Amino acid sequence: MDMGKDTVRRNNVTVTGNPEGRTVVLAHGFGCDQNMWRLTVPALSDDYRVVLFDYVGSGRSDPSAFSEQRYASLDGYAQDVVDVCEALDLTDAVFVGHSVSAMTGVLAAARVPERIGALVMIGPSPRYIDDEGYRGGFSAADIDELLDSLESNYLGWSAVMAPVIMGNPERPELGDELKNSFCATDPDMARVFARTTFLSDSRDDLKTVSVPTLVLECTQDVIAPREVGAFVHRSIPGSTLVTLEATGHCPHLSAPEATNAAIRSFLAALR
Amino acid sequence: MMCSAGERPDPYDAEDGGVPPAAFASLLEDSVEELYENAPCGYLSTLMDGTVAKINATLLTWLGLRREDVVGRMRFSDLLSVGGKLYHETHFAPLLRMQGEISGIALEMRQAGGGRISVLVSSVVKRGTTGEPLLIRTTVFDASDRRAYEEELLRGRRVADEARRQAEADRARLQQALAVLQQSLLPDTLPPIPGVEAATHYHTASSDQVGGDFYDVFPVDGKRFGFFLGDVCGKGPEAAAVTSLTRYTLRAAAVHDPDPVAALTTLNKVLHQRYTGSGDPRFCTAVFGTLEPDAATGRVGVHLGSGGHPPALVVRADGTVDPLHTPGGLLVGVLPTARFVTTTAVLAPGDTLVLHTDGLTEARTGSDRTSLFGEDALRDFLAAHAGRSPGDLIGALITLLDGFGDGLDDDTALLALGVPADRTTPDAR
Repeated sequence: MDMGKDTVRRNNVTVTGNPEGRTVVLAHGFGCDQNMWRLTVPALSDDYRVVLFDYVGSGRSDPSAFSEQRYASLDGYAQDVVDVCEALDLTDAVFVGHSVSAMTGVLAAARVPERIGALVMIGPSPRYIDDEGYRGGFSAADIDELLDSLESNYLGWSAVMAPVIMGNPERPELGDELKNSFCATDPDMARVFARTTFLSDSRDDLKTVSVPTLVLECTQDVIAPREVGAFVHRSIPGSTLVTLEATGHCPHLSAPEATNAAIRSFLAALR
Repeated sequence: MMCSAGERPDPYDAEDGGVPPAAFASLLEDSVEELYENAPCGYLSTLMDGTVAKINATLLTWLGLRREDVVGRMRFSDLLSVGGKLYHETHFAPLLRMQGEISGIALEMRQAGGGRISVLVSSVVKRGTTGEPLLIRTTVFDASDRRAYEEELLRGRRVADEARRQAEADRARLQQALAVLQQSLLPDTLPPIPGVEAATHYHTASSDQVGGDFYDVFPVDGKRFGFFLGDVCGKGPEAAAVTSLTRYTLRAAAVHDPDPVAALTTLNKVLHQRYTGSGDPRFCTAVFGTLEPDAATGRVGVHLGSGGHPPALVVRADGTVDPLHTPGGLLVGVLPTARFVTTTAVLAPGDTLVLHTDGLTEARTGSDRTSLFGEDALRDFLAAHAGRSPGDLIGALITLLDGFGDGLDDDTALLALGVPADRTTPDAR
């Protein structure tokens, strides 16, 4: 199917692991790309078929497929997930989403319930900005600051990164020269992703989740504080909450053993 | 090592007024600790979870913090602005984890007094003998001036982006206006002519320019129909003004007297009067003619005159192509009085009269785009398409124009007037 091939190229889809195993889709969050999963994949690949991809506008996705309109809402990113699931004709896959991708997975699972049979949410937050009776941890002004921070690291991108990343995706040997290339995204696209991520409010969507769900949070996470993890857990009946002894927003990088163990025991209990 | 070179002659210990040995010694860093504390950059070491283990005096001074409030109590991200924190968590920390080092990242740090300091941060993970990560070493450079400069650049970029967006919007509006203007210079529809099929095409070379080609077909009286096609010199709004004047002058002249010489003479007079002495002489080439269908025979009489225009071509049903020459016809509008010559032809069923502007014949062809398509090639092309209806013929010409690609850089007007092949007579091909 041509459309499937296009999606595989567009989202830089890679499939690895055990072809006989249940499919686990690993979805990166705002900031980096599928490289974020490099310490997770080895823990899963013996028993599971592992699907990795980059959202359009991140990593080695096809920049020409980016549309500010489509990716101005999480639905656009969720459609990327749906497209990837359909391109590979997945059934009953486990979707592991980091950060904003946890919510993208919720939206995608509601659209193609037959394709996504379980969710793992790492550091999820359905809303980052405080609201009445809800503490997300940030104010609207804080988010503006992040957008400024993105912009201040802009100059390095345009001069050095853009021509190399955009022009030579087929030359991996350039990787060594590009120290920060994993997280190098066109700042204009990153800005759209940042806005979409941090201005989103998907609290109501949590109620639609009807599949087994694991919520993974860290003891110290600036981006998704523990009360947000508790909110997500509370909003998804039957979900499992695991608090990892880890700091930061990326336990799969900072505490890979604990993170992998939690994911593996959730997966093992699924069938 | 730097202090132990006792045996080598000191390069500064020269007779001719070099720096005395004592002063030189004071220039040397004899305390690594002192260098660490008061280096012109901030030093910071943290545990892998970000907890600050060591920080130098320079950075403490910049941040207005006391060592005892920081070490063991704060994490690196606590020292950052909220935006910096988010950037740290989404980009900096994961990258550092993945590649073991990261350099030159622009962040903002919070000062005790509530202020901010723009910094450039580089970090490297120090590993133990077995490769396990032990701690993170970070250097912090004051980038306030650089940031101010970058903000100017970013501001300039935003202004330029906005100007570009505005320019694109303006261009789109202009193109829209030009398209409307161009349309107004051409007929919306052609009148039905008994026993005659008509087809036209207008190729616009540039959506930024109004072209100067024109054509029209209109009823004259009960029996006859007028038509014209021509090319005003130049492009753009001035040419469009001439085109407009030309089109309506010919239409009005035809009402008064549809004879081709009379119409072209009137146009010549009007253009000459209007533009002579204006400092901007304007002229055009044009073919003006009338069609007179004969219902009894199914044939159509053509009477046309030309002012400096490439000859109209009659494509016969049998594949011959007859150019309708009008020798001596002058450019219209150049001289106060001009002489125009007319000619006549008869179109039989299957014959088509084709008028064109020179955009078609002057299209550049060949791999290096240096040769012109030319009149001969056009005749051959038309001969190969003889017997086709005017609509089909124009369709074939459009395909030909498209094939020229960027070799076609001028506007091109096409008008085909033909008598449908008589399907009852087999010899009409």
